[in-house]
Amino acid sequence: MNATNHSSQPISAPASGRSIAHESATAQVSGTANYVDDIPEVRGTLYAAPIMSNVAHGRLRNIDAGAALALPGVRGMIQAQDIPGNPVLASFAGDEPVFASDTVQYIGQVVGIMLAETTALARRAARLVKLDIDVLPAILTVKDALQTNNYVLPPVFVKRGDAALAISTTTNILHGELEVGGQEHFYLEGQVAYVLPQEQNQWLVYSSTQHPGEVQHWVSHALGLDNNAVRVECRRMGGGFGGKETQAGHLAVWAALAANKFKCPVKLRLDRDDDFMVTGKRHPFEYAYTVGFDDTGRLNGLKLMMAANCGFSADLSGPVADRAIFHADNAYFLEDVDISSYRCKLNVQSHTAFRGFGGPQGMIVIETIMSDIAHHLGLDPFDVRMRNLYSDETTRHSTAEKPTRRNTTHYQMKVEDNILNPLLSTLEQSSQYRQRRQHISEWNAVNPVVQRGIAITPVKFGISFTATLFNQAGALVHVYLDGSVQVNHGGTEMGQGLNTKIAQIVADELGIPFERVLATASDTSKIPNASATAASAGTDLNGRAAQFAARHVRDNLAQFASGLAGCGAGAIRFGGGLVTSPTSVYSFDEIVKLAYANRIQLWSDGFYRTPKIHYDKTTLTGRPFYYFAYGAACTEVAIDTLTGESRVLKVDILHDVGNAINPAIDIGQIEGGFVQGMGWLTTEQLVWNNKGFLSTHAPSTYKIPTAGDVPAHFNVALWPEPNREDNVFGSKAVGEPPFMLAISVYEALRDAIAQASKAGAQNVKLVAPATAENVLTALGRLSDQMT
Amino acid sequence: MKTKPLQFIKRGEVVTLAKVPPARTLLEVLREDLHCTGTKEGCNEGDCGACTVVLGEVQDGRVKYSAVNSCIRLAHSVDGLALWTVEDLAQADGRLHPAQQALVQCHGSQCGFCTPGFVMSLFGMYQNHVSKGEPITRGMAQEELSGNLCRCTGYRPILDAAQAMAQLPAVLIDEAKLLQKIEQLDQLKHRLEANFSYISPKSLRELLVARSANPTAQIVAGCTDVGLWINKMHMQFEQILDVTRVQELRQIEDYPQHIAIGAAVTLTDAFAALVKDRPQLHTFAARFAGLPVRNSGTLGGNVANGSPIGDSMPLLIALGANVVLLHEHGHRDIPLEKLYTGYRKNVMTANEVLAWIKVPKPTAGEMLKVYKISKRFDDDISAVCLAIKLQMEGGKVASASIGAGGVAATPVRALKTEAVLTGQAWTQATVQQAMMTLRDEFSPISDMRASAAYRSQVLGNLLQRFWLESQGMQHTNLEALAWEGEMA
Repeated sequence: MNATNHSSQPISAPASGRSIAHESATAQVSGTANYVDDIPEVRGTLYAAPIMSNVAHGRLRNIDAGAALALPGVRGMIQAQDIPGNPVLASFAGDEPVFASDTVQYIGQVVGIMLAETTALARRAARLVKLDIDVLPAILTVKDALQTNNYVLPPVFVKRGDAALAISTTTNILHGELEVGGQEHFYLEGQVAYVLPQEQNQWLVYSSTQHPGEVQHWVSHALGLDNNAVRVECRRMGGGFGGKETQAGHLAVWAALAANKFKCPVKLRLDRDDDFMVTGKRHPFEYAYTVGFDDTGRLNGLKLMMAANCGFSADLSGPVADRAIFHADNAYFLEDVDISSYRCKLNVQSHTAFRGFGGPQGMIVIETIMSDIAHHLGLDPFDVRMRNLYSDETTRHSTAEKPTRRNTTHYQMKVEDNILNPLLSTLEQSSQYRQRRQHISEWNAVNPVVQRGIAITPVKFGISFTATLFNQAGALVHVYLDGSVQVNHGGTEMGQGLNTKIAQIVADELGIPFERVLATASDTSKIPNASATAASAGTDLNGRAAQFAARHVRDNLAQFASGLAGCGAGAIRFGGGLVTSPTSVYSFDEIVKLAYANRIQLWSDGFYRTPKIHYDKTTLTGRPFYYFAYGAACTEVAIDTLTGESRVLKVDILHDVGNAINPAIDIGQIEGGFVQGMGWLTTEQLVWNNKGFLSTHAPSTYKIPTAGDVPAHFNVALWPEPNREDNVFGSKAVGEPPFMLAISVYEALRDAIAQASKAGAQNVKLVAPATAENVLTALGRLSDQMT
Repeated sequence: MKTKPLQFIKRGEVVTLAKVPPARTLLEVLREDLHCTGTKEGCNEGDCGACTVVLGEVQDGRVKYSAVNSCIRLAHSVDGLALWTVEDLAQADGRLHPAQQALVQCHGSQCGFCTPGFVMSLFGMYQNHVSKGEPITRGMAQEELSGNLCRCTGYRPILDAAQAMAQLPAVLIDEAKLLQKIEQLDQLKHRLEANFSYISPKSLRELLVARSANPTAQIVAGCTDVGLWINKMHMQFEQILDVTRVQELRQIEDYPQHIAIGAAVTLTDAFAALVKDRPQLHTFAARFAGLPVRNSGTLGGNVANGSPIGDSMPLLIALGANVVLLHEHGHRDIPLEKLYTGYRKNVMTANEVLAWIKVPKPTAGEMLKVYKISKRFDDDISAVCLAIKLQMEGGKVASASIGAGGVAATPVRALKTEAVLTGQAWTQATVQQAMMTLRDEFSPISDMRASAAYRSQVLGNLLQRFWLESQGMQHTNLEALAWEGEMA
């Protein structure tokens, strides 16, 4: 229900718009905020550890656990034969076994679970298990997968106009290739599930998950039970970033199967190295493109091939690769375009959701192309970007009979809320981009070793789940007799401040102080069938549902109060902890007590579904997004041309969050997203060796940014305009979009390399992440390239 | 084998634990035995800092505060010390410590899982700087927090919090009372007996006797690597010999020509001594792991462990350091590069311990630089580490010593390159020749940190950097620029 009765209004919105501290901040700094592994354990709990394949592809002939099971304190193991329900995981594509049984498909694939009296013992025992595997040929590169048509899902093609014709008839043509690496989520809290069997074959699952409903579904599927027998709870996660969307389900299923066999509570907490080996990551992508453009840098035709390394199974690769297609335009109008998207199957971890969900992989290639065009024409890349923005100009193909404008995406969605031009122009001025570019080139001319670069890149990110059905949410608001309020919703708290924002929304809706509202743990027995907390839509969906739930209660109270005051319900005002009529003033607590005594319902549900969206899965056209979130970043970097080392020197960000419900939380998302994106493109390198073994499987070898990598000059400003669509409190989603602002780091590095190379209009081929070695390679200064 | 009861001070009270196995980590004891779940396990290898706790130890009559990783710290190693975890900082009435309050005010926690570790690192900084009236700069905060990873915030609010602590009402520890408690605890302690499973001798004499009597005991000198053998390789140890309480080995002795760094001196203190003599080593010292690792790990441990990518050894080799090996009946004094015989193999016999590292003092005409190349600037392991020391006389290279890491199975000395340089005029031509020799001198491997080609290429390029710096060229690397960015 989107439209509700607006009979009673809050007087003001004192909670929202304020930088209230995260609702758990005090508990977090005191060590009293509980994560799954901190929940006091029930007597008899056993501890689990995964038994993993050490071969990338092979026939599993035998599992010899003799030595492991002989250790004192080891209680046993489970494997495929111990699954009472369905041995195939209830994932979207149905292509993953719960446990590998006859075939293993990557190093790290779980073939069973070891149970022991301590976690350390279970982990030690799991390593003693000997797997007898006949090795089969493994596909370990995207190129090999493409060559053999080895896909997890069929290729997808999206076209508009005639790209080949547009390219062949334009003045300038460029070809290019690009490789962009994946990314480990590195949530600080590793994957964990604690499963407690209850009476009458009912189950309680504590899971660190972004999607309790899916955990419930998967666990019941594997146990062969109805959904209603499984209750999943998650108070908070120690970070998610997409890594606990589907991946948390595996853990919960394994722990539940173990608990089922051993008839006791089971906790499965992955060691960090095992977490790296078992779980999926951001999809690495490879690209090839041909682009045609005029002498002003305006793109006329683009042929783009994108190949996603999906790992061994589909998981969420379909929608991830789709979103990469949807964001291959980023901020730019692609007039004649031909995109092919391949979802390659490799014998590695099954890559999964990660902040941006394919968006970053779509955007980075078009941003690369923009700079390539600029270098080719000797233009400032910023000017080429501006030249190609979505706008109300008419297209080349526009005719009097059939007028068309440069405002519609390649998937036929009109960009109605476009603020790209003013936003970029504002940042250009505030960051002093032009002066700094001049200064940098002068500086580079006299400093041969260290070279600097600068870039501004925009972000236009579509908000909504592309699968329309997921864009629904529910919430419960309970008002207790003392006037205190509990809100529960289908979203999950992973640090992004969702519970804080929702409590702010509910407080304002009821006109009471923020401190009177408590947001409680996500729980499948409170809100059923909730979508994953993902796609940046947590506040949009659950916040609106909570707002409606609170509004229902408020309407009940207004109706009741109007009876007392003898006025219409519309004349009742809620604010400042007071309920006011033209003739009376009650405290909120008083009116609640009176209402209870008069048998008025003091709690309610709320339900929301996003309006306007629709999308045809077969043609990939429609309006998959309710609105777009915009932003831009100006980043300056320096590289050392002797070693390839680099540093980010200055960052200026202008980002669009609509009306910020909590500016501090939103700025936290922007800064955190940017730094995480910077890691993706600089230091975070995943390396699989030629056997398919992930050699970077712990923080000793996989390097996320640390405090020293963040420049002191790191300015974030918010765009001063509410969401043009009707969204909760005029806000916009903020979880994912800022991540892609970090593409400015990559582009600034390419700028520095181009300036250092001085070889003229050559395209800079920089493999991402831009490690020192990749930068030195891009400079053409590695070994035999040396001049 | 008997285990001695483990005792330490927490919240002003003595905690006594019996039958703690020798290889049990402090984090396991905290979370599993004491149910203090505020301290988190993030990586179990000392690289993320979520498990950071603070130790208090008496040094020169004062309490010395050190933030350390509890995940790779053996529980018995805190015997007799004071310990703070995140649960211990707030006042009884719930008032937060400035380290906590500043994080809340600056919005420094999002998911909150790294937060207890940051709180404890900030508490360590509070005790070591703020409580002494020393302001915390942004640069100091970046350096001292490099061992704590956060995946949510992007660090800006946490760095702000570090600087904001001093503005909040001060909270001071009653040090006299604490010293008294530690002293009382010390008097409670049982005398050492050689057959305990965790042997922690207090004197060199006791250590050498214990070493002879227990040749199979695993020596630990900070445990920042052995901790990983326990947690990640699941190695089992029946008996541990901890050298870090040996008084003689905790000293840095000053001699006319050299300093002698005891093997049990922490990396923090050892690097401070090296930086005192050669200030240009500051950045390199700060890039060695993170502070919690430097606070636990020892220079002796790093050297004796002999990892080919250990960062102290290339520097020490270039400096011409010797190591002193001791056993019950004698000692040997050998150049550091002669210690190693192969991958993590050395010349030490079963009854020997590494006691001192002797580092020559700087001389007139010395040019010394050390360079580290890694994927991440801070808290990373070198792909390549190169330390170059030239002794210049009248425009010529009188002598050269060059140590390299990441290019062979052990830390090595670049003897061929040294030979090319020695006796030559310090000119571009000499450097070019030496660069080629240096690139050819080793056959590094390709691994997840870098390819062999990159390592060889950059070895030579770093010598070029050294040359350019010797010619007074500005902006030869990124360090100065980072600061310029900070000023702007």
